[in-house]
Amino acid sequence: MTTMSTDMPARTEQTEDPRPKSARRRRREQQWPAYVFLSPWMIGAVVLTLVPMAVSLYLSFTDYNLFDPPHWVGLRNYTEMLTEDPRYWRSVGTTLLYVVIAVPLKLGLALGAAMLLKNLGRGRAFYRSAFYAPSLLGASMSIALVWRALYNDGGTIPHLLDSIGIHTGGWVGNPDLAMYVVVGLTAWQFGAPMVIFLAGLQQISPDLYEAAALDGAGRRRQFVSVTVPMLSPVVFFNLVLEMIQSFQVFTPAFVVSNGTGRPADSTNFYTLYLYERGFTASHMGYAAAMAWLLLIAVGVITLILFRTSRSWVFYADEEGR
Amino acid sequence: MSTVAAENGTAGKRGARRWLPHTIALLSLLVILYPLAWLLATSLKPADEVVTSLDLWPSHLEWSNYTTALDGVSGVSVTRLLGNSLLIAVGAVVGNVVSCSLAAYAFARLRFRMRGPMFGFMVATLMLPHHVVLIPQYIIFNRLGLVDTYWPLILPKFLATEAFFVFLIVQFMRGLPRELEESARIDGCGAFRTYWAITLPLSRPALITTAIFTFIWTWNDFFTQMIYLFAPEKFTITLALRSFVDQSSTSAYGPMFAMSVISVLPIVLFFFVFQRYLVQGMATSGLKG
Repeated sequence: MTTMSTDMPARTEQTEDPRPKSARRRRREQQWPAYVFLSPWMIGAVVLTLVPMAVSLYLSFTDYNLFDPPHWVGLRNYTEMLTEDPRYWRSVGTTLLYVVIAVPLKLGLALGAAMLLKNLGRGRAFYRSAFYAPSLLGASMSIALVWRALYNDGGTIPHLLDSIGIHTGGWVGNPDLAMYVVVGLTAWQFGAPMVIFLAGLQQISPDLYEAAALDGAGRRRQFVSVTVPMLSPVVFFNLVLEMIQSFQVFTPAFVVSNGTGRPADSTNFYTLYLYERGFTASHMGYAAAMAWLLLIAVGVITLILFRTSRSWVFYADEEGR
Repeated sequence: MSTVAAENGTAGKRGARRWLPHTIALLSLLVILYPLAWLLATSLKPADEVVTSLDLWPSHLEWSNYTTALDGVSGVSVTRLLGNSLLIAVGAVVGNVVSCSLAAYAFARLRFRMRGPMFGFMVATLMLPHHVVLIPQYIIFNRLGLVDTYWPLILPKFLATEAFFVFLIVQFMRGLPRELEESARIDGCGAFRTYWAITLPLSRPALITTAIFTFIWTWNDFFTQMIYLFAPEKFTITLALRSFVDQSSTSAYGPMFAMSVISVLPIVLFFFVFQRYLVQGMATSGLKG
């Protein structure tokens, strides 16, 4: 059991031909169908990914409003962003806080639910599907609207908290709480990582638990010494995936703030601010620079996760290597 | 595994262990499904109860919310909006299934010199934030005069830009036995014939998963649709919901949530029909069996 392995598909028979020239020709002849199969992907990779990446990197050094030709400004966008734009830093802070709270919360719920379902036996399939439903619906505009209403002034959640003596008022209009409405909606969608955790749990051999039990390990010890290490590749996979997705959260932030990032920019998530700079204020160069810093940030964090994973992710099939 | 756990406990504990997980699961289910019940209930509430009453159940069912919702937004009917959403979603499904399965077959089964670097690049794009390519893509479609058409929403899917699905199908195809394909080759089938007649039918579960996820994600998509579509008659149901929001007063609450229910209905339907594929597809995306 490995996760998201980047290694290539297993190599097929590598026939060593004694006559190198004709072999090369033959191999070239054999290769053309592969490139035909790949042609849509290759066109997409060049026209819609590689070239746009280069263009957006170029634009990030320009002043560009979509109508007039781009005007080279060097590092101006970057320096403005990093030194003169408090709204930028506010959006970075909001997004980081959100990622740091929402991702562990979501994964914790997902793991808890997976552990619970694993022990259910009868009814497991039903609960698994029911718990998974929010993961599909949650990304929709409709559910974001529901969330806004539930946390709004007079909504269910403030009422519920009132009744147990916690007076918060509406969360949506409160700059200290508005961001947590988005956290709540994200955490609610724990079904997708839960399903992956559950599949991982089911791949752990019962023998391991039996052996641990024979050695006198209690449930807690079994969890720490068997479940956690055996599940660590799946934890890692979920962590990377959720982290990357969370940095790009948009729809709920847009809905909660009515597209403005209010109150007081407290829900002005990174992507929302990027959209505003690029498409509302027509500062495409600035937005491109923001996108590149996002790419770098996500890249660096992913790299750190991959590096540190060596010390805590345990691959069972590595032992034989 | 549950037997191992149960054996650790005493007889009394064993009884508790049996019903406790079920109780917790049932209670969690109620909490998890509450927002959906709330959505359904609110869509049927009379205007004065939407904000004032905390009762989930409406005092009487206000079906007029739905008739108001069916009239649509800015003179565009809900049927039209649903039709637009459907057109985009179906286009995206066809595009993704065709282009991603073609690319996946090459990566999983064919030998070519650039396979290593290309596969590496494909996997790397899994992590690429969409925003990095967003603005240049917008410029391209703008130059081509395709902004405010459905092309920017459908065309990229025919070019296998969603690496997640290429990866998913590759993973699935790698697990298929090679024998059938090899015997087809020996019988004189070329790569295309083998792909079409052998590999594709065997890959049905992965293709169905791709189709369903593409449908649901495209249906739910808001960001791309908002950027590329301007004319109200081209709006999808998601975009229409948004314009509902902007002019929202409490009196529009009931119809707004009626429309919300209508807009998630296709997803709910898909979910009930295909939940096995959805759950399995999600599970196998994180694991290599």
